[in-house]
Amino acid sequence: MDLKELYRDVILDHNRSPRNFGRLEPADATAVGRNPLCGDKLDVTLRMDGDRLADLRFEGQGCAISVASASLMSEAVKGRRREEIEQLYQQVHALMTGHPGDSDLGKLAALGGVAEFPARVKCASLCWHTLNAALSDTRAPVSTE
Amino acid sequence: MNAIPAMLDPAYDVARVRAEFPILQQSINGRPLVYLDSAASSQRPRAVLRAVEHYETHLHANVHRGVHTLSQWATDAYERARETVRRFINAASTREIIFVRGTTEAINLVTNSWGRGNLTAGDEVLITYLEHHANIVPWQMVCAATGARLRAAPLTAAGEVDLDAFRKLLSPRTRMVAIAHISNALGTVLPVREIVRMAHAQGVPVLVDGAQAIPHAEVDVRALDCDFYAFSGHKVYGPTGIGVLYGRESLLEAMPPWQGGGEMILSVSIESSTYNSLPAKFEAGTPNISGAVGLGAALEFVEGLGRPAIAAHEHGLLALASAGLAALPGVRLVGTAPGKAAVVSFTMDGIHPHDIGTILDSEGIAIRTGHHCAMPVMEYFGLPATARASFGCYSNAQDVERLVQGVRTVREMFG
Repeated sequence: MDLKELYRDVILDHNRSPRNFGRLEPADATAVGRNPLCGDKLDVTLRMDGDRLADLRFEGQGCAISVASASLMSEAVKGRRREEIEQLYQQVHALMTGHPGDSDLGKLAALGGVAEFPARVKCASLCWHTLNAALSDTRAPVSTE
Repeated sequence: MNAIPAMLDPAYDVARVRAEFPILQQSINGRPLVYLDSAASSQRPRAVLRAVEHYETHLHANVHRGVHTLSQWATDAYERARETVRRFINAASTREIIFVRGTTEAINLVTNSWGRGNLTAGDEVLITYLEHHANIVPWQMVCAATGARLRAAPLTAAGEVDLDAFRKLLSPRTRMVAIAHISNALGTVLPVREIVRMAHAQGVPVLVDGAQAIPHAEVDVRALDCDFYAFSGHKVYGPTGIGVLYGRESLLEAMPPWQGGGEMILSVSIESSTYNSLPAKFEAGTPNISGAVGLGAALEFVEGLGRPAIAAHEHGLLALASAGLAALPGVRLVGTAPGKAAVVSFTMDGIHPHDIGTILDSEGIAIRTGHHCAMPVMEYFGLPATARASFGCYSNAQDVERLVQGVRTVREMFG
């Protein structure tokens, strides 16, 4: 178990200075993610351009893994179509559960260290589930606990 | 050998105590285990493991049922454990000792049996913002069922119950006061005796959630003069799945059974049943016999060490840990009441407790992170979570040193 694998520099950087942090107003959709056992809270707001995710912001509080994951996700999904986002999540999830594929995930690859810490997969996936809820206009809060 | 810090009593032989706990002898993630999560669940000494094994190997049958020898032996072992519990908390009679699954079930027994029979619309139940969910949710449920209202006394900045506010909330409508003896999230010791006095002055009974107090404090239900006292075996070095509800006999007598079944009856016809007397009235079904035996052994183990000696030792560790952590930049202690027991809750600027927990775990240090099943108190302090280190009779100065060093490592890692 190597902590440096989990808390890579990219993760620490995105935790310290999360990208796309805040709220879009007005927004086309909003979703709420809550992992109450951890104390993670995440709100995602987004704007669509047809089938394309034009812009998004997230805000809230959480552990370094959940904040960095949300920040990395926000950079990776902006401008993509729904279907691409879904595909990307499948790849990221596979990576985090120890089944990395061949595709180049760019900075998201930094989440690979989570695979060694199964208890932290839920932290890293909260943002993706919350984004998915926003995309499908689900009103109920989302949790990965 | 390290010098023993001045805060610790050199007469307390913690090395010998530790040697009684096999689980503490192992390494976790390549480092000797530092177990600082006793407030969530304590570990078991050999005496408990042996008592349970002896019972299962030689004595087990169902209790209070058979004429055969084993059944008698099992009954004797089970009832001996009840007598040990009675002595441990100084109850007047074993009729006042109900074996349950744990603190949670004990409180649910009271809310369902006493609560449904005694609460009506307009009545109030008074708790505090310090409570564990186990002393909030069952009351919410019975309030919803009866139309009663749940009120909570606020806290001071140090994490103590604001007694003036408590006094004001104690109204002619109050039918029950339910409070923790010691807060699991902050370690605050509540002035139970004083609260009981205030409540009794108005004829209001008091339930005490003793889950955290039972391993740390001298618990004397007659001196406290409380009406119910609930605790769990696994917090006091006993097995999981066994706990106790103490209830004043006159109250228990007047309460209807909660669960029905075998054991709790004298006679049954298809039309109706006659209920058994105390304590059997509240113990429907085959109980956790080996758990009770293990709990009895655990309480005897604690008596052997001496509760004042354990409390003094833990108090020394608490002072050591509080001073060590508070001296680190960016570390904030949450809950700084003068009267505290065996728990140090803290946060670090810019670092989520979950990350603290993961990094400490990689060093073999087990602490609890999160809301500690006490979300209202977290909310009260505006915190989503804290990191919490808690001590037991086996904790030592090295544990505290490793904790403080570990927290330094966390800071280095996050810059």
